[in-house]
Amino acid sequence: MADFSLWVITSNLLLATRWTIALSLVAFVSGGAVGLLLLLARMSASGALRRFVSLYVEFFQGTPLLMQLFMLCFGAALFGVEISPWMAASLALTFWTSAFLTEIWRGCVESVPKGQWEAGSSVALTYVEQMRYVILPQALRIAVPPTVGFSVQVIKGTALASIIGFVELSRAGAMINNATFRPFLVYSITGLIYFALCYPLSLLAKSLERRLNAAG
Amino acid sequence: MPLVSIVDVRKSFGANEVLKGVSLPVEKGDVVAIIGRSGSGKSTLLRCVNGLETHDAGSIMVDGLEVGGAKTDMRALRRHVGMVFQQFNLFPHLTALGNVTLAPRVVEKMGEGRARELGLEMLAKVGLAEKRDAYPSQLSGGQQQRVAIARALAMRPKALLCDEITSALDPELVNEVLRVVEKLAGEDMTLILVTHEMRFARDVGTKLVFMHQGRVHEQGAPKALFAAPQTAELQQFIGASFK
Ligand SMILES: Nc1ncnc2c1ncn2[C@@H]1O[C@H](COP(=O)(O)OP(=O)(O)OP(=O)(O)O)[C@@H](O)[C@H]1O
Ligand SMILES: [Mg+2]
Repeated sequence: MADFSLWVITSNLLLATRWTIALSLVAFVSGGAVGLLLLLARMSASGALRRFVSLYVEFFQGTPLLMQLFMLCFGAALFGVEISPWMAASLALTFWTSAFLTEIWRGCVESVPKGQWEAGSSVALTYVEQMRYVILPQALRIAVPPTVGFSVQVIKGTALASIIGFVELSRAGAMINNATFRPFLVYSITGLIYFALCYPLSLLAKSLERRLNAAG
Repeated sequence: MPLVSIVDVRKSFGANEVLKGVSLPVEKGDVVAIIGRSGSGKSTLLRCVNGLETHDAGSIMVDGLEVGGAKTDMRALRRHVGMVFQQFNLFPHLTALGNVTLAPRVVEKMGEGRARELGLEMLAKVGLAEKRDAYPSQLSGGQQQRVAIARALAMRPKALLCDEITSALDPELVNEVLRVVEKLAGEDMTLILVTHEMRFARDVGTKLVFMHQGRVHEQGAPKALFAAPQTAELQQFIGASFK
């Protein structure tokens, strides 16, 4: 076992970290895009659309991410659809991320004071123009810190993809542990890598928030 | 026909009837000062005139357009009626000039250059041309309210609604805003003002309206009314206000 040096363990974990980062990016970017569409649907005039979005959000926020992964993975198999662990994980995390982001963003839009809408109306802007020129620019500013903060949850969420067989950082850690039997060392390094990914984002979110409060 | 004609307007919030049949003709060039106790329905009436609230019954016509009418283009209506709010409601992410030019650019589809020219003209009118690049948070309350007036004027409204526009200001900033309003009155702008500034209502107003419990309780020429209020309620209100 002596040949499993610290360096070998670390380099293998770092290689697997690429997949954690890739999965996080995919989940975050596509989840953000879907979340934006949901946000518009949520604020549209159509009652059916609004109800659909609130059900969607309730479902993905109200059930464990792990169960969502299982449902996607095995549910797809039930319908005879062959779905790779990468696809299943990307899809599940996209849905999950979009549900949370759309809720965060809705809160930001609603935190823009009513007087801003009224001022927009009073100078004859339409609903869509008020949204575009008055509300969203303000909501966007408020939304940046919690959105960056949520990206930390996405990174940690990708660890669950290991359970459906996708080899990212956590899964690689488990596999290396099986070969080396040095759980404390392996999981310490794994944890440190997660920390190195998440901590800067947390700091960034905090400093953005501080700057926003100072400017507001 | 009056520029703004309010006829028997009623409005309830749930079971609370706030306007109980209000009628009020406003001629072009009138400066109508609306006074009355808190909760008497002044703001609600003003907000019905530009459609921020919908009235339940009666009719409101502005320059031939029926407010809330099935065939009425509310966008056209709101171009005719400007509004200035107690809390300014400036757009905090835009500069003073940006606030004033947003609607001309978006609603009137005005080119950048012309909008800028118009915006500067309006800011000059309220004495703030040199603050064009300041953001609302960098302006005093009085300056913010003057920018808000400029923003409303940039749509070239036929009537301007002002809802207690000096009530949120520190006392020493009230006058700079009132002076702007007085200047507009002098330029024959039609104004409907809800105000607690009794002296201003008396000296600048062409018509005084006292609202009480959702009705126009008394109205007339400001100086005459202040000198000799006919109803006990107005007497009491004036007495309390000038104390
Ligand atoms: N959006 C609303 N929903 C429910 N009730 C409302 C609403 N707006 C106003 N009211 C009620 O209508 C009544 C009249 O309110 P309004 O704001 O018109 O009074 P006001 O004369 O402007 O008073 P103030 O001098 O305090 O501004 C009050 O009882 C108020 O609580
Ligand atoms: Mg009021």
